[in-house]
Amino acid sequence: MTDYFELFGIPRGLNLSLDLLQQRYYELSRELHPDRFMRKPESERQRALDLSSTLNDAYRTLKDPVKRAQYLLGQEGFEVAEQRSKDVPPELLEEVFELNMALEEMRAGDHSARPQLETAEKNFTTMLSDVDQQMESLFAQYDQSQSRDVLAQIRGTLNRRKYILNLVDEVHKSLAPSP
Amino acid sequence: MEIDFGAAERVIGIDLGTTNSLAAFMDLTGPKIIPGADGDNLVPSVVSINPNGDVVVGNAARELLITQPERSVYSAKRLMGRGVDDVQEELKLFPFHIAPASEAVLQLQLGDRTYTPPEISAFILRQLKQNAEAYFGEPVSKAVITVPAYFNDAQRQATKDAGRIAGLEVLRLVNEPTAASLAYGLDKRENGIVAVYDLGGGTFDISILKLHDGIFEVLATNGDTHLGGDDIDNLLLRIAMEDVASEWGVDLSIDSEGVQRLRRAAIQAKEQLSFVPFTSIELEYRGKKYQRQINRELFDKLITPIVNRTLGPCRACIQDAGVAVDQIDEVVMVGGSTRIPLVLAAVEALFRAKPHTDLNPDEVVALGAAVQAGILSGEVQDKLLLDVTPLSLGIEIMGGVVSKLIHRNSTIPASATETFTTGVDGQRNVLIHVVQGERELVKDNRSLARFDLKDIDPLPAGLARIEVRFLIDANGILNVTARDVRTGKEQSVDVKPSYGLTDQQVEQMIQESFEKAEQDFKERQVREARVEADTILAAVEKARRHDAYFELMDAERAAIDKSVNELLLVYHADDHILIKDKIEQVNQVTLKLAENMMKGTKI
Repeated sequence: MTDYFELFGIPRGLNLSLDLLQQRYYELSRELHPDRFMRKPESERQRALDLSSTLNDAYRTLKDPVKRAQYLLGQEGFEVAEQRSKDVPPELLEEVFELNMALEEMRAGDHSARPQLETAEKNFTTMLSDVDQQMESLFAQYDQSQSRDVLAQIRGTLNRRKYILNLVDEVHKSLAPSP
Repeated sequence: MEIDFGAAERVIGIDLGTTNSLAAFMDLTGPKIIPGADGDNLVPSVVSINPNGDVVVGNAARELLITQPERSVYSAKRLMGRGVDDVQEELKLFPFHIAPASEAVLQLQLGDRTYTPPEISAFILRQLKQNAEAYFGEPVSKAVITVPAYFNDAQRQATKDAGRIAGLEVLRLVNEPTAASLAYGLDKRENGIVAVYDLGGGTFDISILKLHDGIFEVLATNGDTHLGGDDIDNLLLRIAMEDVASEWGVDLSIDSEGVQRLRRAAIQAKEQLSFVPFTSIELEYRGKKYQRQINRELFDKLITPIVNRTLGPCRACIQDAGVAVDQIDEVVMVGGSTRIPLVLAAVEALFRAKPHTDLNPDEVVALGAAVQAGILSGEVQDKLLLDVTPLSLGIEIMGGVVSKLIHRNSTIPASATETFTTGVDGQRNVLIHVVQGERELVKDNRSLARFDLKDIDPLPAGLARIEVRFLIDANGILNVTARDVRTGKEQSVDVKPSYGLTDQQVEQMIQESFEKAEQDFKERQVREARVEADTILAAVEKARRHDAYFELMDAERAAIDKSVNELLLVYHADDHILIKDKIEQVNQVTLKLAENMMKGTKI
């Protein structure tokens, strides 16, 4: 399996320069894209197809901070299960309980829950940007210390983030005018 | 004279449109359109089959659409890669005659023969190929063909099949808006974020790209493969038909010729309304006259729902691209329907920027295809397109739910790997159902194909491990390969496309078209031989009045008569070799006569 950081020739880490990443991506694409191998033998064309699909996958992964962190966690032997987001973070227990009630009412056609949902949407959106900030500082901590403890914290934060994101989506959907 | 700089074989770029098609090529100064035999750049995408089986394409076929509508077809692109069930809505609006025996791939009835949509498209492609060959005076066999960005796998595969049937090696399918951006970038802008709004005859695409020093990176794309100028034509046509029904007391819908005449009048009015504030739809038919005034205000009101249908995909595309509206430097307008003032106004309002309309909206896609052809042949070195797949790709899992493997707007080539196993002891097959679309449930998405992993080593349940690789190539077409993880052996995969021709069917069509091409070629050779015979027969006839003829010996004159008679005998045979043999014989026996005549003229 190709190491994505090695492929791009950039230092292994969670904070990285997106400009540098893009520059390397464009350079490598010019080299590896199937367009460049049109007149080459079949075996080389197949190789270009494989390499460029890996390159595109790598770029997609490293470009996005969440995917990047998941990738690195996976490499370091952490299990990154998407399903974990079903577990309610304990500090959100009460809020989520109330939110679910409001969502139920809304779905049942009771629009009196709307203001409550609108407040919830605002709250969770703020929470999301807080989590993003936390993540950024954890990223910096890891890059400095390479500590597995920090990675464990990052995994927890990712799960929390995913959970909140789902909530925001759900509230958003219930507030949107039905088509 | 031929100059060869060791360059690769010429590759042409083709815009295979719903309404018009055209071809372009790259010369030293840039992309150029290849004109058709009639001097027009645009070849109308209309095909008509004469009762004797002759195929007519383009402007001539557009005339035949009126006089022999039941043998003619237009907008066949709407049917590419679609099944009979998909097109029921279409059938209400378009005079497609679907043959009753249609199965997975629908068949169009034209006169007494049936054709699949790829075969119809192949007629158009063959015409463009011939135009290019006439233009260059050399064979052309390689092409880049454009497709709507929002085309799914089956629609892309159908387009590729059409190319193969037409005798073209399709080096690449390029998305239409992306191709347009290549032509635009070449001309106008090297860096920035650009949206391409492409409203054609039958399809709508919106793409947002990042341009960076020759790299054209598509950030996101969206669209509707059944929305375009055709829909506007149908709106006007419906109104005009209702008028005619009440004014003349005639139901025109059962009169194909009448419908086609009225449709043409409606299109004319539509086109005029882009430039003048009011016009009229006029028809003179079977001694009756119909006229209806229409002004732009009414026209705008009529088409507002259609124009609005393009805005949802635009918003989704902006969001998927991860850009803010004010980061978009320019909106490039492509497709004939973007000449409509209301379309321009709607785009300007949404993107809060004046749309870019400097490029010819009918030609820019073909020009871009020629640039991509130049990239593939190595003539263009500094440009590179990085395109995306428009739809997510997934597989069916338990409960009819989709598990997404490759998300929409992933840069292509893109791949995903999944490992499958068996559920029962000794199981030899695993069936994988692949779908395309954004919905959660299989039934709401587009079935793409069923892949059958065959000849799995019989093992206890759950022990077999087959690694399957799903790869979307640079054409946006799915390739599937499988490997037995235990043995490392390549695992055989049987593909059953849900919609579309099997490889065998395509091969057969290629065979038929070759036979047809061979027959055409043979007929041309026979015709040429006859022309040659005419020339020599006329020359002999003339020589018989010359003094030199009477100076020949009797035996020599007899030999000439004999050879001329023999040539006349084979003249109507369909064998150019035989005719040429006899021509040669006449040549031989008249050699001395010709020499003497020459001498005579010199004296």
